[in-house]
Amino acid sequence: MNQIHIRQGRIIDPANSIDRIGCVYIADGKIISVTNEPAGFKPDIIIDAHNQIVCPGFIDLSTRLREPGQNRKATFKSETAAAASAGITTLCLQPDTIPVIDTPAVAELIKELAEKAEYPQIYPIAALTQKLEGTELSSMLSLKQAGCIAVGNANQSVKNLLILRRAMEYAASHDLLVMFRPNDYWLGNHGCAHEGAVATRYGLPSIPDAAETIALAQCLELVELTGCRVHFGQLSCKRSVIKIHQAKKYGLNVSADVAMHQLHLTENDIIPFDSNYHVLPPLRTETDKQYLRQGLAGGTLDNICSDHQPHDLDAKLGAFPETEPGISTLETVLPLMLKLVVQHVITLEQGIAALSHNPAQILRLKKGALTPGISADVCVFDPELDWQVNSENWKSQGVNTPFWGQMLKGRVTHTLQAGKIIYSHRTSKSGTFIPFPAGEG
Amino acid sequence: MVDNLQLNPEGKLKHFLTIEGLNRNLLTEILDIAESFIGMTDQQIKKVPLLRGKTIVNLFFENSTRTRTTFELAAKRLSADVLSMSMSTSSTSKGESLLDTIRNLEAMFVDMFVVRHGISGAAHFIAQHTAPHISVINAGDGQHAHPTQAMLDMFTIRQIKQDFSTLRVAIIGDILHSRVARSEIQALNMLGAAEVRVIAPKTLLPAHVENLGVSVSHNLTAGLEDIDVIIMLRLQKERMSSALLPSESEYFKCFGLTEDKLKIAKPDAIVMHPGPINRGVEIDSRVADGPQSVVLKQVSNGIAIRMAIMAMAMQKKGTI
Repeated sequence: MNQIHIRQGRIIDPANSIDRIGCVYIADGKIISVTNEPAGFKPDIIIDAHNQIVCPGFIDLSTRLREPGQNRKATFKSETAAAASAGITTLCLQPDTIPVIDTPAVAELIKELAEKAEYPQIYPIAALTQKLEGTELSSMLSLKQAGCIAVGNANQSVKNLLILRRAMEYAASHDLLVMFRPNDYWLGNHGCAHEGAVATRYGLPSIPDAAETIALAQCLELVELTGCRVHFGQLSCKRSVIKIHQAKKYGLNVSADVAMHQLHLTENDIIPFDSNYHVLPPLRTETDKQYLRQGLAGGTLDNICSDHQPHDLDAKLGAFPETEPGISTLETVLPLMLKLVVQHVITLEQGIAALSHNPAQILRLKKGALTPGISADVCVFDPELDWQVNSENWKSQGVNTPFWGQMLKGRVTHTLQAGKIIYSHRTSKSGTFIPFPAGEG
Repeated sequence: MVDNLQLNPEGKLKHFLTIEGLNRNLLTEILDIAESFIGMTDQQIKKVPLLRGKTIVNLFFENSTRTRTTFELAAKRLSADVLSMSMSTSSTSKGESLLDTIRNLEAMFVDMFVVRHGISGAAHFIAQHTAPHISVINAGDGQHAHPTQAMLDMFTIRQIKQDFSTLRVAIIGDILHSRVARSEIQALNMLGAAEVRVIAPKTLLPAHVENLGVSVSHNLTAGLEDIDVIIMLRLQKERMSSALLPSESEYFKCFGLTEDKLKIAKPDAIVMHPGPINRGVEIDSRVADGPQSVVLKQVSNGIAIRMAIMAMAMQKKGTI
């Protein structure tokens, strides 16, 4: 296999507390050395990373690729290309595919689709309950053996707490991580916007933050009761951050994340009825956004997920409450993270850790670092490169992003997955990678 | 802020979707033009040729009698050709999307859509996606807005009370689900009413309702003090099944407007209701039919106000 030399970039590897200019050496799909050139190293490919940042490939804990079942919205091919161009090398797939990931056969189908798309590092999250209906447990152990990395109920609430308790106990028996997006079904009441000033003014069916915090509080109690390992996903409000902070302080074995758009947008952005901002959980208030930012900076929130949900055009064409929720987000993850750094919310090292090392820890994967010996998942990006979100630069089949047309700063130039270059910004018109022959550049 | 979708670059009305984003001058202009049409309705020939040759389509995705009829009459009195479509029995029930319905009607060279739809934001959506020469009038969308109803109520209030700046107005009932209430509150504040007060149990008030520019009371007796104008809202029966209220009778006991309760308001207070009335639920028949009620005046004024708004929205192609 190829030997690759990533030359003279600013290496930021939070797991190993590295932040310095240097080289990364890759052979046989693995990192073999950082900084010191190994003896007899003969690179086939040299990547000049001068003025660029070299960091671990990003790991996303909540993605939807729409296959199987909804390939008119997106496909593995389109979305893995988007992920690769965004520096994302590992994806966790939510179980609400059609059919639901509740049998080993569906998990295996996903593995197959991933291989076919030449993007093998896709980990299905198994359904916590059959068909996500919240009534019967899924075959979690079989699903784990079929390659599922965790269990969860996607956006469906488990209404019956006894069933949630048993699902958590069963998951804990098999040392499975439960991924939980807290949302009380009844309090959510089929809303589409945050219960606050904007929903009141525009007469939109609304979701109070208590729909999230009450479900979160209940689940935290069940963590205490069952000893289950739980990761809380896509938190959206101030009191959720406070609750996670308290739970961690108390010593509960929990982690939590926030979707990138929640750190940048608020309920005001939906005015008057822009369906590109229709997302669940809904965009909340400026105060909530500030708490989420602080939660990330202070470590209460461990990682940032993309919560990528590509849609076809029709899904967003309609009166706001009738449109489908979700944003196509993979390709804006890096520039929006860098924006948090520019705004002094987090350091660059924290931002990279929140996208790589921290989610790897949550999944207990040997990833998210540039440690010699581990799989060479690497992202090289230019933090200063301006680009416009437009059809020329966009790879996802879902163009449902509120950032469409905007100029963003920061773009990935190379993505390596297990030592294979899966994206390079320097592409010829036919789209093939032009390597720099050794000795040049 | 609401984009200026509703106004053309000269600040004139293009669509009429919501009161928000308009201004006092424009509202006053609507009222003044409606005034000029009022005299006309007494004449033998009740027509003016302002919209002659124009085609107006009433697109009603929700049932309505009063609003649809007055829009239809208003269009006819402006000499427009009118087509009223009840969409609940039309192609939408066969699965056609809202946008496809609009595109198909556009292809028939219409000039204006009057839209009633059960989902908040539907009229905005149509205005954003329709051909540029077409005007859209919102005849009620979900729980968002019903701006022509608000304007006809402002017209009725001005006819009787003249000056808004001294008025205290109470809106009573299901504010949470009411597009009428949202539009009335905006219009009253824009026209400078001294106070807008909402009176309802907490279950029928939206979160942070005070941000709409109202004072809040949960008690009808206390809330009616010093009130010049009472606007009653219809209480839908399904509010009981969704546990917002225990029973119609308890609601009537707490928030129903009776002759006794009416005495708490100012002696010359007027009673309004956008209809249809639930007698014995939100209002006693003796009040609904009593001397202080202006309910039927509201209905008559609906024609003039809708004529004014339709004429203004089409004015770039003619003059008023």
